Amino acid sequence: MKVTRKEVERIAALGRLELSEEQKREMEAHLSGMTEHFKMLDAVDTSSVPPTAHILDKVNVLRPDKAEPSFERDALLANAPERDGECYIVPRAVE
Amino acid sequence: MYEMTLGLEIHCELKTESKIFCGCRNEFGGEPNTHCCPVCSGFPGVMPVLNEKAVEYTVRTGLALNCEISRYSKWDRKNYFYPDLPKAWQTSQYDLPLCKGGFVEYELDGKIKTVRINRIHLEEDAGKLLHEGGVSRIDYNRSGVPLMEIVTEPDLHSEAEAVAFLDGLKSVLKYIGVSDVKMQEGSLRCDVNLSVAKPGQKLGTRTETKNLNSFSAVKRSILFEYDRQCGVLNAGGTITQETRRWDDNKSVGYSMRGKEDAHDYRYFPEPDLMPVVLSGEKIEEIRKAIPRLKKERIAIYTEKLGLPLYDARILTADKDIADLFEGTAAVFKNPKKASNYIMSEIMRKGKREGSEDVEIGVSPAALAEILTLIDSGVISLAASKDVLDAVWNGAESPLAAVERLGLRQNSDSGELESAVKEVIAANASAAEQYKAGNQKVAAFLVGQVMKATKGKSNPKLVGELIEKLLKTN
Amino acid sequence: MNNLLQMPLTEAVKAVKSKKVSAVELTRASLGRIAECKELNNFITVCAESALAAAAEADKKIALGGDPGPLAGVPVAVKDNISTKGIRTTCASKFLQNYVPPFDASVVTALRNAGASIVGKTNMDEFAMGSGSENSYFGAVKNFRERSRVAGGSSGGSANAVAACEVFAALGSDTGGSIRQPAAYCGVAGLKPTYSLVSRYGLIAFASSLDQIGPLGRTVRDCALMLDVLAFADPRDSTSVPRPQKTYSDFVPRVKGKRIGIAKEFFPDTLNADVRKRLNAAVAALEGAGAVVKETSIKSFNAALATYYVLSSAEAASNLARFDGIKYGYSDRSGDGLTDIYFKSRTGGFGDEVKRRIMTGNYVLSSGYYDAYYLKASKVRTLIKREYEDALRDCDALICPTAPSSAFKAGKKTSDHTQVYLEDVYTVPVNIAGLPALSVPCGTDGGGMPIGMQLIGKAFDEKNLFELAGAFEEITGGNADV
Repeated sequence: MKVTRKEVERIAALGRLELSEEQKREMEAHLSGMTEHFKMLDAVDTSSVPPTAHILDKVNVLRPDKAEPSFERDALLANAPERDGECYIVPRAVE
Repeated sequence: MYEMTLGLEIHCELKTESKIFCGCRNEFGGEPNTHCCPVCSGFPGVMPVLNEKAVEYTVRTGLALNCEISRYSKWDRKNYFYPDLPKAWQTSQYDLPLCKGGFVEYELDGKIKTVRINRIHLEEDAGKLLHEGGVSRIDYNRSGVPLMEIVTEPDLHSEAEAVAFLDGLKSVLKYIGVSDVKMQEGSLRCDVNLSVAKPGQKLGTRTETKNLNSFSAVKRSILFEYDRQCGVLNAGGTITQETRRWDDNKSVGYSMRGKEDAHDYRYFPEPDLMPVVLSGEKIEEIRKAIPRLKKERIAIYTEKLGLPLYDARILTADKDIADLFEGTAAVFKNPKKASNYIMSEIMRKGKREGSEDVEIGVSPAALAEILTLIDSGVISLAASKDVLDAVWNGAESPLAAVERLGLRQNSDSGELESAVKEVIAANASAAEQYKAGNQKVAAFLVGQVMKATKGKSNPKLVGELIEKLLKTN
Repeated sequence: MNNLLQMPLTEAVKAVKSKKVSAVELTRASLGRIAECKELNNFITVCAESALAAAAEADKKIALGGDPGPLAGVPVAVKDNISTKGIRTTCASKFLQNYVPPFDASVVTALRNAGASIVGKTNMDEFAMGSGSENSYFGAVKNFRERSRVAGGSSGGSANAVAACEVFAALGSDTGGSIRQPAAYCGVAGLKPTYSLVSRYGLIAFASSLDQIGPLGRTVRDCALMLDVLAFADPRDSTSVPRPQKTYSDFVPRVKGKRIGIAKEFFPDTLNADVRKRLNAAVAALEGAGAVVKETSIKSFNAALATYYVLSSAEAASNLARFDGIKYGYSDRSGDGLTDIYFKSRTGGFGDEVKRRIMTGNYVLSSGYYDAYYLKASKVRTLIKREYEDALRDCDALICPTAPSSAFKAGKKTSDHTQVYLEDVYTVPVNIAGLPALSVPCGTDGGGMPIGMQLIGKAFDEKNLFELAGAFEEITGGNADV
């Protein structure tokens, strides 16, 4: 299936990626190639086959409700590009 | 005239000790980013482990709201970018929520009404953005707090119904002990889906107003949106399906324009969390742990404790009050006196401005002690208010407060007799009226004695002394 | 090179414990060798100081008659997508080039507790996406045997460092072959354990339902000894399970009576002649030693790559969304407002292959395509899993090439991305089915480059794979040219 320029732009925006014109062209070709390859899936009959989300049969992996000490705030914030000793900082988020 | 149809989505933070996927404390407030760890701050490489209590509380809610509990339930990722969401997805439940179906009964103008519940699912709360000037500061203390979303069917048709339903739901959530449902702290938030249509016609296009955090905001935003939609239609326009915000200070709703294209959440199953499978026995076990609800409590108060229905209803309006009453009445064996005292003194003192909730600063044991002190004549009713003030939210015992404040009333008849004699001498005409058979003057004389002794006399004893002294004269 | 470095890990541990050599001496030799091999570009970060401290600690314990742990201060390396507290963990990405985790991955804690001396963090394909360790912000890894060739990927630095005797063993991660394929290209052994046997807590996720951490070593027993340290139930990883074996490293090589399955789909007519020849010879050798060879079939084999690229890209798109320029890592704040931070940081911080995967992933999950791609692939996954399990019902292991060829020329395939994806054709179905698989050297091609044989086992049957592969190692005398 041919993936259009418009779709490439929509998908890039979903992933918060900026693409140059050349990258958009390349991505059109790439995604079109991938969807072509994904046709291999159509060859497999999956009627009456349930999807697998987890390879394991495990269920009910639960933790008792017990509070543990939290992390040092400085250790958490140490990697932040902009911070004020208490919080991560970003330009004002508008909704 | 258009008729409105409302469906609500209620977000309720669960009152667990720890967060949903990590051991950080689930606690309102605190210095920013101090109830945080790599898991709830979305560090690379971290993995979630589900809190069993959060599942139990959601199932408990489902049972209390007459839902069908899913035997098999799973977790999904809801992907979107926002600074309050550190992983850039919210772990939620998409197609297999913990609870489905159900209904809630509520009361409006003396009538019982019903709202159907579509589903209840469990998810994680996001962090908080503190907007200051040109920046937003991000605090992840709330990130990962277990959040339950209750989705109703569109069964409500007025702002009054919406608020009455919410009030009823809030009471249930509090009674079953899953949340402290404090709207002002954001532990209960509400999204309103609203559409309008002429009677008999099919439902119109709906809009969703998000994140309303008081009954008043719910009410005003509904009225605003109803008027807006009617205005658009009356002017020949059409309603756009959209997400809206409510500005509570300005009392206006506004569209979150330009956000719509981003609402492709790309849900898919969360690979790092295993499904939850609930057996019939487990569900029954959770059902048995549900605390008694309002209805049952009213029955007990009226039938077993002999309270008037009026008292029972007032006491059960808030679970904290009901719990205080029950705890007090278990020690102080005069339920009616306990009820009277709570309905007057406690509810007056606990009332907070701008809040639907009553704050309680006294334990059942302390209250029982205060009532016993009044009952046995150690303090007067008037003095008990000072005792209550002293022990409210503190560690001091009522008796210690009585001694510290010198509130013990005088029951020494020798000392009191001279005080009474002085009052009689100073109020000769009143004394004469009493002797002439005017019993009403007695209260005046007792009051005078109390005044003269700065409230520290036992009024019962004073009354007896007055009677004795004036009769023997 | 210091000859001491050529010992297997198991021997090195014994030598240190019996005080024939000190852990510090081995660590110094390792650090020297790393410096010598700098040109191979196997390491992104070398942590000499903490490694020497760990080695000294082990030596001290031994001197005091204590237990230095199963790794006894012997130097090992860790792939740079596994979090190390206080040591930067980059995923070979510009985005994380300065990211220093505030915590250790559970496997790193385990290594430290086992007394290992972690000498450095190895180079890889950015976020483990690639088959040549060429997609690295820190430059491509060069194959130790032939520098014009790739080391395989994405755990190329780990495999190559083990092959070059820079370390005695290393950790890799394997989402679609990223341990086994570089092991094959570099001529070392590499194990992808059963999904959930090794904790993923602290592994910077690529595709969470497929990712698995595992060891690379020069011998099968070295891998088994590493697995002894790595396999444990971790309460921080909800998918983690307790291991079924008390120890792996005590396996006894055994081939007699073992049943080996060969699926006809594994050997298409188009298969590289050298690979076919080596694999045939290996199977014949095993059969000669008493193994029973059975023919079997995996019908959905040809749909595995498509399944893998749908599922892994979808999960990757979500897993990599947290890299937003706000909390850690690369942040471009030159633009206007919050939205620009997202776009500019991600656009500037990720390499091209990572962007392609994010695009593919968001495409298959986006509104309107979910059923056709993601859901469909999840169903095919069920079939692939079933077919591998069925095939393994009558066999102890399935045998196939690890990769369709030996190490390809550097730079050759980077212009054709989908061609590179074909490198994974033998390895991805194993991740899809969650099974364990071991790649062991199986001779060389005409150009002298190693070829790998893959043994695929039943879930949690790693010990059986070790027995079989250990026997093969004995037959070939370790040089694998049969």
